[in-house]
Amino acid sequence: MAAVERRKRRGEKQSGFLLALPALLWLTVFFLLPVFIVLIVSFMTRGRGGLAEMPFTLANYERVFDVFLIVIQNSLWIALLTTIICLVVGYPLAFFISTRQSSRTRTFALFMIMLPFWTNFLVRTYAIQSILGREGILNTFFQSMGFIIEPLRLLNTPEAVLIGLVYGFLPFMVLPIYASVERFDFRFVEAAHDLGANDIRAFLRVVFPLTLPGVIAGCILVFIPAIGAFVTPDLLGGTKGIMIGNLIQQQFRGSGNQPLGSALSIVLMAMVMLALLIYIRFGDQEG
Amino acid sequence: MTQYDVELIDVTKEFPAKRQDGLVRAVDNVSLQIEAGEFFALLGPSGCGKTTTLRMIAGFEDTTSGQILIRGSAVQHIPPFHRPVNTVFQDYALFPHMTVIQNIMFGLEMEGVNKQEARKRAQEALELVRLPQVVNRKPRQLSGGQQQRVALARALVKKPAVLLLDEPLGALDLKLRQAMQYELKTMQKSLGITFIFVTHDQEEAMTMADRIAVMDQGKVLQVGKPEEIYEAPSTKFVADFIGETNFIKGHVGEIGEQFSTVQMDDKSAFKAVVGEDLHVSAGQEITVALRPEKLNLFRLKGTIEYEEGSTESAESYKAALLRDPNINLIRGTVKQAVYIGTDTRYVLRIAGNQDIVARIQNFGLRSDTVFEQDEVVNIFWNAENGRVLLQ
Repeated sequence: MAAVERRKRRGEKQSGFLLALPALLWLTVFFLLPVFIVLIVSFMTRGRGGLAEMPFTLANYERVFDVFLIVIQNSLWIALLTTIICLVVGYPLAFFISTRQSSRTRTFALFMIMLPFWTNFLVRTYAIQSILGREGILNTFFQSMGFIIEPLRLLNTPEAVLIGLVYGFLPFMVLPIYASVERFDFRFVEAAHDLGANDIRAFLRVVFPLTLPGVIAGCILVFIPAIGAFVTPDLLGGTKGIMIGNLIQQQFRGSGNQPLGSALSIVLMAMVMLALLIYIRFGDQEG
Repeated sequence: MTQYDVELIDVTKEFPAKRQDGLVRAVDNVSLQIEAGEFFALLGPSGCGKTTTLRMIAGFEDTTSGQILIRGSAVQHIPPFHRPVNTVFQDYALFPHMTVIQNIMFGLEMEGVNKQEARKRAQEALELVRLPQVVNRKPRQLSGGQQQRVALARALVKKPAVLLLDEPLGALDLKLRQAMQYELKTMQKSLGITFIFVTHDQEEAMTMADRIAVMDQGKVLQVGKPEEIYEAPSTKFVADFIGETNFIKGHVGEIGEQFSTVQMDDKSAFKAVVGEDLHVSAGQEITVALRPEKLNLFRLKGTIEYEEGSTESAESYKAALLRDPNINLIRGTVKQAVYIGTDTRYVLRIAGNQDIVARIQNFGLRSDTVFEQDEVVNIFWNAENGRVLLQ
């Protein structure tokens, strides 16, 4: 009997493996292999046309932490700010949406959140450009109202990058928090009130901790693409808002420096891994 | 003036109706006085307004009109976190991200009790509910019964003036529920805290409560001690909801001081009690509530055996009964007999094709207390056990 059971269970395990096989193959060929190549290249020397050559060296990493450290720090800072702003704006929004009584209102609100995805991200970023530009909508408006005489420098600043990133990634914050709050049982708030907690304390001690998985998921989903962003800083930040993603892009474009670009990529990946480790550490606590 | 722990004066609660415009009246003009130290039950079927009433006392719902007084002061505009009441929720609502001790300490921390003191008192509360060993576990690691105890400890540690319990034992299995009923009762008596609990289970209400308010469709139908409600139900709904009851239809005959007569279709009559606040007139169609266990049966012919061994003929037994003016005696045909251990449940067809149920205690296999299918038998009961109700 036990033997049959065991064989059956092993059979299930095998079929489970078969189910995952296509994805495993895909990821091996198109993810693990490229990452491995990038890792190797990052230790090689720049050759003709920016391509990689022997011998192996640590010089790329030295340059990363020497010359580009400031860009990495900036990128981290902008990604962090983006995440924080998305959280501060997104949490109340998600909370508001998920506590609407009628399911039609909720569906409509979620639809509105996702609506921007119907248009190409590049097009939307150009739209922001036309709002923030020297002759853009905002400057024209302020000038016509007489608030300012000279147009403000809004475009090609780190702030413009921040605006673009928050705009682009806000849905990634709202959706997981929405899911979390929707699952949240508001009887816990009643219980907290019953035990003497006012609204603020009930939120801090009960609502927020119990919706934390959504918050953490949202932060990860915003932070990771934000730190690697290159389209937004390229179009909105100009030379003032350069991020690590732009650097990597530059090294691989035309006659750049592929080994250096690879080293930058590996450093970026390490930072993302770190963020994920934090997620696993804190996000999985509550089941 | 006596001060009640909780007093409701003409409390009404209306909710906006879900499907159409307008309002649904969940609680309709309810007035209750609950004394200090009382174990009080709000009993009724689901949707009767009992839980809404409790939630208004706790402060989770506003009143539409009326007043709620807790220890003499009006609380309508006081939020739940400032009311001297605590609640044991139906599904306990233990905070899943906190350990047992953190759950219990939560309420004390909100009062500003320091951590050390809070921990000590929480520990004591756990001992009170006889669960000191689960301190650092998360609620999901506990059984239903244990969670129930933790919820109780979490509420009691606040030393509330009034403890509110919303179907506190609803999620437990039968054996555990019965054990907890006695434990809650004992705990309430020794703590001296006023308990108000909501239940749809009449047996639970009878077992634990000092007094019961029976509710239906937002109204309180009757308030009284369990025995008053059982023995003297004021409406058909109460009589039906609490235990098993026979409803015998008839017309009012002669209205008397202690008993009035009730005429049945076949011209036979019996006596029943008309409650003080019930105004009936001769000829009016009414219903008489009669508990199955109040009925007695004996054969038309044959002998009656007494416990000491002597016997009496059925005819002389009947003659003796009829000499007592308070005894009602009618005939019925046995339609069904079901043996259920301590007693046998007989369905009897009486005048006007009405079926009534009699529960007769079993005396072993004594032949004079066992009746056959389709046998015509004498049914008698004391007139004070039948109560006239309207409709």
